Amino acid sequence: MSDALTEEKRSQGFWAWLTGLANPTRFMALTDAIMPFIASITVLALAAGLYMAFTAPEDYQQGETVLIMFIHVPAAWLAMMCYSVMSLSALGTLVWRHPLADVSLRAAAPIGAAFTLLALVTGSLWGKPMWGTWWVWDARLTSVLVLLIIYLGIITLGRALEEPTQAAKALAVTTLIGFVNIPIIKFSVDWWNTLHQPASVSRFDRPAMDAAFLYPLLIMALAYMLMFFTLHLMNMRNEILRRRIRTLKIRAAEAG
Amino acid sequence: MTSLFFRELKIAWRSGGGALTGVMFFLAVVTVFPFGIGPDLNTLARIGPAVLWIAALLASLLGLDRLFQLEREDGSLDVLLMQEWPMTLVVGIKCLAHWVVTGLPLVLATPIFGLMLNVPPIGIAAAMLTLLAGTPAITLIGAAGAAVTVSLPRGGLLIAILVLPLVIPVLIFGVTATNGAMFDPDPFTAPFMILCALTLFSAVAGPLAAATMLRHSAD
Repeated sequence: MSDALTEEKRSQGFWAWLTGLANPTRFMALTDAIMPFIASITVLALAAGLYMAFTAPEDYQQGETVLIMFIHVPAAWLAMMCYSVMSLSALGTLVWRHPLADVSLRAAAPIGAAFTLLALVTGSLWGKPMWGTWWVWDARLTSVLVLLIIYLGIITLGRALEEPTQAAKALAVTTLIGFVNIPIIKFSVDWWNTLHQPASVSRFDRPAMDAAFLYPLLIMALAYMLMFFTLHLMNMRNEILRRRIRTLKIRAAEAG
Repeated sequence: MTSLFFRELKIAWRSGGGALTGVMFFLAVVTVFPFGIGPDLNTLARIGPAVLWIAALLASLLGLDRLFQLEREDGSLDVLLMQEWPMTLVVGIKCLAHWVVTGLPLVLATPIFGLMLNVPPIGIAAAMLTLLAGTPAITLIGAAGAAVTVSLPRGGLLIAILVLPLVIPVLIFGVTATNGAMFDPDPFTAPFMILCALTLFSAVAGPLAAATMLRHSAD
């Protein structure tokens, strides 16, 4: 009877696969297998992207500072993508109660905060020669700063709450509330008159950027994305190990 | 529901001047500004509405950790959860009572502090109106933060960190509307309408999120 049920469940494709991953041991085995692969692709893509970025021609207006773009723009994209991944994980926690969803949310938060900080710092370094100022309180910059504060708030909350299931739910609810900021960041350059330039790659007609800059940028974006997934999986594995250690400690304390 | 509302008011009143503490903090923040900026009356009049709004914002963040914590400690939160009333409504009523105790006194105290900052009468009237429309939003959004940190013994500071980024729009439109009433070319109606919309939106989203969290934290 139960065998027939599990067989039926297994035949449901992707969802069944996702549910199967709820078993941390299976997840660890899977990531163990793909980790060297994905890590080496990341290194290759990053090397290729950086090489293409450094050999890209100088911009006729910006000169060499255009190099900052290849670091800055993908970091900003990833800052938003990481938050979206966290929001999906939050849904996973609240709706499907998938045990790995919380692990994924927790593991993504510091990475997202790092990408956001990188975008802010490189943007500031780029702003000084281009706009003549390190910082302006314009809508894009301010909303990304708010994103950083939200990331930091989520990390702090995760550290403050001790009871794991409750922490998972608190983090999920907070993450979903904070998601309102993501569309604000995306459309801030269209809604308000900002010093920050509007989007020049993701447009419906063809991108307003020369191919000499566009291809290195896209490769860099791909490399960043792979880097995110590598770091995310590594951090998830760490989080699982941390939880196992915690359980072992509790058991030891109860026994001793 | 009405009995719950009056129960909340009574508890807040008996537990010793929650309202008064908020107003005193409001006074303290307003007093600090002229020391930092200098007592020039023209400058103060220019930034007065912003100072009033920031002070009111900080003061309303202060008492948020009390919103559910006492109930959780003495167990009455579980009783409320087991009522046949929808939890969202219960949270909404609690927010309303909390606002009457902490937010409304700030609105009523605004004229005195406005005079101290040399804000003209029209500006004071506008500040009162925008605070009346905007401070409920702070309480309602704050309820979600309070629900998330309900199990923490010292959650007050964390609530402020979590809630502050979310109430920035309320602050922006509150100050814009107040300035719009004081300085001629700027509009008053449009930002004021958006402020009201923010309050109405958070009246739905805040209690909903807080109720979800409280229900989860109980099981």
